[in-house]
Amino acid sequence: MSSTPKTLFEKVWEQHVVAEPKGEPTLLYIDLQLVHEVTSPQAFEGLRLAGRKVRRPDRTIATIDHNVPTTIEGRLNIVDQISAKQISTLRQNCKDFGVELYDIDSREQGIVHVIGPELGITKPGMTIVCGDSHTSTHGAFGALAFGIGTSEVEHVLATQTLPQSKPTTFRIAVEGKLPQGVTAKDIILAIIGKIGTDGATGCVIEYAGSAIRSLSMEGRMTVCNMSIEAGARAGMIAPDETTFAYLKGRRFSPQGADWDKAVEEWKKLPSDPGAKYDRELVIDAATLAPYVSWGTSPGMVAPVTASVPDPAAAANEQDRKSFERALEYMDLKAGTPLSEVAIDRVFIGSCTNGRIEDLRAAAKIAAGHKVSSRVHAMVVPGSQQVKAQAIEEGLDKVFKEAGFDWREPGCSMCLGMNPDILSPGERCASTSNRNFEGRQGRGGRTHLVSPEMAAAAAIAGHFVDIRNWEVREEVTA
Amino acid sequence: MEPFKTLTSLAMPLDRTNVDTDQIIPKQFLKRIERTGYGDFLFFDWRQTPEGKPVADFVINNPRYKGAQILVAGKNFGCGSSREHAAWALSDYGFRVVIAPTFADIFFSNAGKNGIVLARLTEGEVETLLQNAQKIPGYKLTVSLEEQTVKDDRGFSAKFDIDPFRKFCLLEGLDDIGLTLRHAAELDKFEQQHEAATWLRAK
Ligand code: SF4
Repeated sequence: MSSTPKTLFEKVWEQHVVAEPKGEPTLLYIDLQLVHEVTSPQAFEGLRLAGRKVRRPDRTIATIDHNVPTTIEGRLNIVDQISAKQISTLRQNCKDFGVELYDIDSREQGIVHVIGPELGITKPGMTIVCGDSHTSTHGAFGALAFGIGTSEVEHVLATQTLPQSKPTTFRIAVEGKLPQGVTAKDIILAIIGKIGTDGATGCVIEYAGSAIRSLSMEGRMTVCNMSIEAGARAGMIAPDETTFAYLKGRRFSPQGADWDKAVEEWKKLPSDPGAKYDRELVIDAATLAPYVSWGTSPGMVAPVTASVPDPAAAANEQDRKSFERALEYMDLKAGTPLSEVAIDRVFIGSCTNGRIEDLRAAAKIAAGHKVSSRVHAMVVPGSQQVKAQAIEEGLDKVFKEAGFDWREPGCSMCLGMNPDILSPGERCASTSNRNFEGRQGRGGRTHLVSPEMAAAAAIAGHFVDIRNWEVREEVTA
Repeated sequence: MEPFKTLTSLAMPLDRTNVDTDQIIPKQFLKRIERTGYGDFLFFDWRQTPEGKPVADFVINNPRYKGAQILVAGKNFGCGSSREHAAWALSDYGFRVVIAPTFADIFFSNAGKNGIVLARLTEGEVETLLQNAQKIPGYKLTVSLEEQTVKDDRGFSAKFDIDPFRKFCLLEGLDDIGLTLRHAAELDKFEQQHEAATWLRAK
């Protein structure tokens, strides 16, 4: 039997085609929609106005993450009335339309892209959408997962489908062994720096190669999470034993005979040998270093050992203008070594780096050290389950003893819709995914880094090369 | 959704690249639960100082461009967050067309759902329009969706590509859910078969 070799993406796509009307986008079936408070109110309102129902409440899951305060007192009494209204609106909508909600007081509440995988709701081969661009995170399991706008949220609620034009495919292979101190975050920052913030527009990226395969599920999620920062529609990684081991026994993972059947099906998903991609790129893992972003776009990154670049060296006039604007906003001078840039704040968390492994990595750096007296450093677990696990392992103590502020789960300072924001002019080492102007608070300056680099910066008061860090104490559970 | 055929209007130049949706509509305005009323907050952090004073040299505050319904900007317009509020803010402010060399994917789709025409021209053509709109007072453009052209009255003329189906929906002002429900029978059939794939169930 000979059939054309297919990519992972093509296999998932083809299994979800409902209709292919001539001259129109393909109608794609959606296995799972994740819903949160910020991008859903207008969608539910639209359903109400049109007298429509949620077609598949069993394929819809909601949580509250974007604007929850991260202190216990703040959560009990949300001072911001508009936030409170948005949260109560989601509660009402979930009740009216029969959607399961992981509310603030749930033991499973957390950032939507952390709880989906953690509960075993995210599965290989699925199509997953959410009114949030970092939905690409779930691609780490070999799902086709992408962010959508509110009109599309309404469309999926009503029909469980989405009209989609077929994206192109882009295979990025990272080959070889990652040098010590280089993390999943550095892989993706390097990729964005290399291909640019619109480098993968219209594409689904498949990350492959030995360095990718060696990553844990947490690391793979970090990589897929920031696919959108390279302009991609989605990022995917083929499921393998690491994926199955992560999923086995989770609350909504298949059990018993269903599990065996599931694994058998999931094993058919990886791209066939000889499958064709529209574009390919190979990166040598040995050339990667810990990175720090220096500008106001995630493509503006450099190794921690480098200096702030000179706009005069930009490739073209448009880039030169945007580099100059970025340096002005960031208050940085060309030629300053990145390791001399002093910081005021540290944020460890978000759907990029707020998982248990990220907290372990940061705690390992922090153990036995003290946060610099001029820095305020926060650790915000990605979910209640991450928090509980961290406490069980004693990581909360490590952080608190080192002088970190240990918080309740949520998106927090990734986008500052809750009370956690930077003041104008403050400079932050952040494990989140966007360094746009004002993202973490008006006038705030964000530098994107890995959890290890963020923890080290908190202690030193400026960026340091994590490869030379002195690990003082072993963190044991 | 309001149908779009042709439009002649003042053109507002926004000479910046990578204009992200956080800049188009900052997060503090995402907490509202309505679809309307975002126009006053468009480019909020660029048009006002933290003290609430208008930033004089920001283009929206320049009386010359008052009433413009066409925005011209640099590449990768609309990147970042998926917030449809960005499209709502542009449309609520009065923009019906954005011209740029490239647009980010999610924004592209959100704009279409709100009747905003996105015209992709080459970097050179966009540069010309940016220059003209900055230099020539009262500079107007005519955008024809039927012809897929952008023209001025001084001889500039450029064509843009648009997916035929998207064009049809914009011309007719069609709503997507209605279009999808034409396939209701296929959907029911697909869904029934798909249920057999237990490994793709959410719960
Ligand atoms: S952590 Fe940040 S990027 Fe992730 S879902 Fe929340 S706001 Fe979006």
